[in-house]
Amino acid sequence: MSGDPGETNYLNASHGIGSWLLTRDHKRIGILYLLGISVFFVLGGLMAVLIRAELATPQGDLFSSDVYNRLFTMHGILMIFFFLIPSIPAVLGNFLLPIMIGAKDLAFPRINLLSWYLYMIGGVMTFVSLLTGGIDTGWTFYTPMSTNFAQGQVIVTAVGIFIAGFSSILTGLNFIVTIHRMRAPGLTWFRLPLFVWAHYATSIIQILGTPVVAIAILLVGAERLFHIGVFDPKYGGDPLLFQHLFWFYSHPAVYIMILPSMGVMSELVTAFSRKRVFGYHFIAFSSLFIAVIGFLVWGHHMYISGQSVVAGAIFSFLTMLVAIPSAVKVFNWTATLYKGSISLQTPMLYALGFIGVFLIGGLTGVMLGTLGIDIHVHDTYFIVAHFHYVMVGSAIMGYLGGLHFWWPKITGRMYNEFWSKISALVIFIGFNTTFFPQFILGYLGMPRRYHMYPAEFQTWNVLSSAGATILGFGYLLPVIYLLWSLKFGAKAPANPWGAKGLEWETSSPPPVLNFDTPPVVTEEAYAYETSTPAKEVTVGV
Amino acid sequence: MLPNSPVFPPVSSTLASKVDAIFFFTLGVSVLFSVLIVATIVAFLVKYRRRHAAEPGQEITGNTLILELTWSIIPLGLVMVSFFWGASIFFEQSRPPSDAWSFHVYGKQWMWKVEHPEGKREINEFHVPVNQAVKLTMTSEDVIHNFSVPAFRLKMDVLPGRYTTAWFKATKTGTYHIFCDQYCGVDHSKMVGKIHVMEPQDYQKWLVGGASAGGTVASGEELFVAKACNTCHRPDSSARAPVLDGVFGKQVALVDGRTVVADESYVRESILSPATKVVQGYQPIMPTFKDQISEEEIVQLIRYIKELKPAGAATAPAAAAPAAGGKS
Repeated sequence: MSGDPGETNYLNASHGIGSWLLTRDHKRIGILYLLGISVFFVLGGLMAVLIRAELATPQGDLFSSDVYNRLFTMHGILMIFFFLIPSIPAVLGNFLLPIMIGAKDLAFPRINLLSWYLYMIGGVMTFVSLLTGGIDTGWTFYTPMSTNFAQGQVIVTAVGIFIAGFSSILTGLNFIVTIHRMRAPGLTWFRLPLFVWAHYATSIIQILGTPVVAIAILLVGAERLFHIGVFDPKYGGDPLLFQHLFWFYSHPAVYIMILPSMGVMSELVTAFSRKRVFGYHFIAFSSLFIAVIGFLVWGHHMYISGQSVVAGAIFSFLTMLVAIPSAVKVFNWTATLYKGSISLQTPMLYALGFIGVFLIGGLTGVMLGTLGIDIHVHDTYFIVAHFHYVMVGSAIMGYLGGLHFWWPKITGRMYNEFWSKISALVIFIGFNTTFFPQFILGYLGMPRRYHMYPAEFQTWNVLSSAGATILGFGYLLPVIYLLWSLKFGAKAPANPWGAKGLEWETSSPPPVLNFDTPPVVTEEAYAYETSTPAKEVTVGV
Repeated sequence: MLPNSPVFPPVSSTLASKVDAIFFFTLGVSVLFSVLIVATIVAFLVKYRRRHAAEPGQEITGNTLILELTWSIIPLGLVMVSFFWGASIFFEQSRPPSDAWSFHVYGKQWMWKVEHPEGKREINEFHVPVNQAVKLTMTSEDVIHNFSVPAFRLKMDVLPGRYTTAWFKATKTGTYHIFCDQYCGVDHSKMVGKIHVMEPQDYQKWLVGGASAGGTVASGEELFVAKACNTCHRPDSSARAPVLDGVFGKQVALVDGRTVVADESYVRESILSPATKVVQGYQPIMPTFKDQISEEEIVQLIRYIKELKPAGAATAPAAAAPAAGGKS
């Protein structure tokens, strides 16, 4: 039934560029996202390499201050709005969500295509602003810097992000309706894969949070053009108001990046332990809890901003609460390994890498949430290290782990196991060599966004820059062997890992409507104890 | 090992040792947890590695609720310790001691301007006596900056249109970095100053040495006359406006029934936007001084108003009287 040559699947069902650009197939749209996101990741990554090259010496000898500021601003904007936020939901979520719930497509296939176009238009506008000079506001657009003092294409970039925001909102809406309305017969809420739960929680944040940042950015544009006096104290505005609006979205946005990655994690850990995930309900609800409480902690970005001391204390308290569901997830994954049948294939290596970087990112997050410590490390490299561990390390480990796990399903080809394991290792080592020294730099007091720095910080910066080189090579490897697999890789069977889940019951790559016969679900998720031929066996209790 | 890059910055203020203590506590707990989890995972990876291709894992049976609750409640307890401890440091840091010397700091793209209590000014250099509490009242002339002294573990944003405060008591003489930690434009990374902690007698010597710019209080008084504040805000000015003697720091009743503390922010707001919070019993007739007065001049005026003592110690000052008497 699977992968036979000559069989029609979503890739060969129709041909020509038009059949891709006008497709309403969620799988093809997932591929379109994969292409767009990869381009922005490469651009953002090149800027990161340039930034680290500049910081190898204390002097500003490679670029002028102005160019350096534009580089880190564009690095942040591209990576956050055009890579990290859409990566897992738009690529893996788009491709897998309907298949995982046994549906033929998302609820609104045309809106799904529209989301991709909005994303690309937003991305191209941002890229145009880069080509025409870029901006020097930092990705955070703090006022009155961004409204009165910044140079460059602030308006064009803001409009680009604004448009991309709609893409995010529409995708979230599409996912929520799909999960509510289109589950296969027998697929109750508590039989859903945890990947689906994670995307459900993520979609809630996208729908509720994105409009707020869109409006905040709109107001920056209006203030810049017309001096309407919202943020500018000269006209009676409040410079802190922007930070409240911005972080009301941008803190939950961290969970847009990390929750889908946690969803991938749950899939990987169960598949490569051949075991039902430990504490399914706890993991499912912890995603929702993170989504809800994530909206109440934005003020921890502003402890020392001039907001009231009491507000600081309240936000610190709420921030502490977020640590619990995150910790619970890590414990549950660990417990899932207990008495498992563990195989260390490439996706599992990424999963273990995820736990490693997420532990460091999460625990340093507790430190930053602690008021007394934040007085010292706020806005230093400690922050830079922390958010790279959480947003980049954890999100990319999940993204790459997921991409390797589902690559045979998506493309119908197997990749080289040796090189993929090497790349997982190189990326893990490169990542930690790049960002761990930055914790030390931060505690020593090196401020973030510094083009030049006192000479005593150099040793750790050199180490960090060396790590970035290793990391760069680590990212290059998958590009090579994954592209290679498309042409030369072995044909993938329907279920190369012996994993559970509806997506493994259809051919690799799946047919246009995902299943030859509409599936009926008769068991819990991850019922590995019912052994390999998954379809016909019903589960006991 | 790394002579130019120590792993920890100097510990040179009362706050520094407190921040280090809580940091080492959270670091210790974090390392302990990480080691436990990683060791457990590695042990499981070895013990339960897959031996046969088709082998499924073994289910865990029985009630796991107790286990789940245990590993939820223990971390909750630990982060709560972190929260209360951190908050106590933060609260202490937000309340300067009453014997603190009052300095003013201005952030401006891309320099730090400092004003000493008796009026001496410096740029990107900051001399302070050791073992003396120092209160900073800070404002910015353009964008948001951030005043940070890593050796003191001290940091506070500096905003346009507002005053933020911070305080420290340096415990070790020496010279330390002042950084701007809030991205503020092209030369953000050059907005770096030096803070010199000196023995008290050296500080006094330094104060009298060199050219002094003249006392702030004195220049505040000159401004008060130059900007014609005295034509309304003096006891002999036919009650057009509240007399300011002794008002500073007191509750003031407003025409709309609210009360407000006459602090730095209120005085500043009253100078720039006088009609916003009018004192009870007066008309909103004062003109705005927006764009006619610099941030430094505002601070000089505030300094002067702070120094104005109540004229007759027995009678309450006119402006404060409604607040004391008739707050319904």
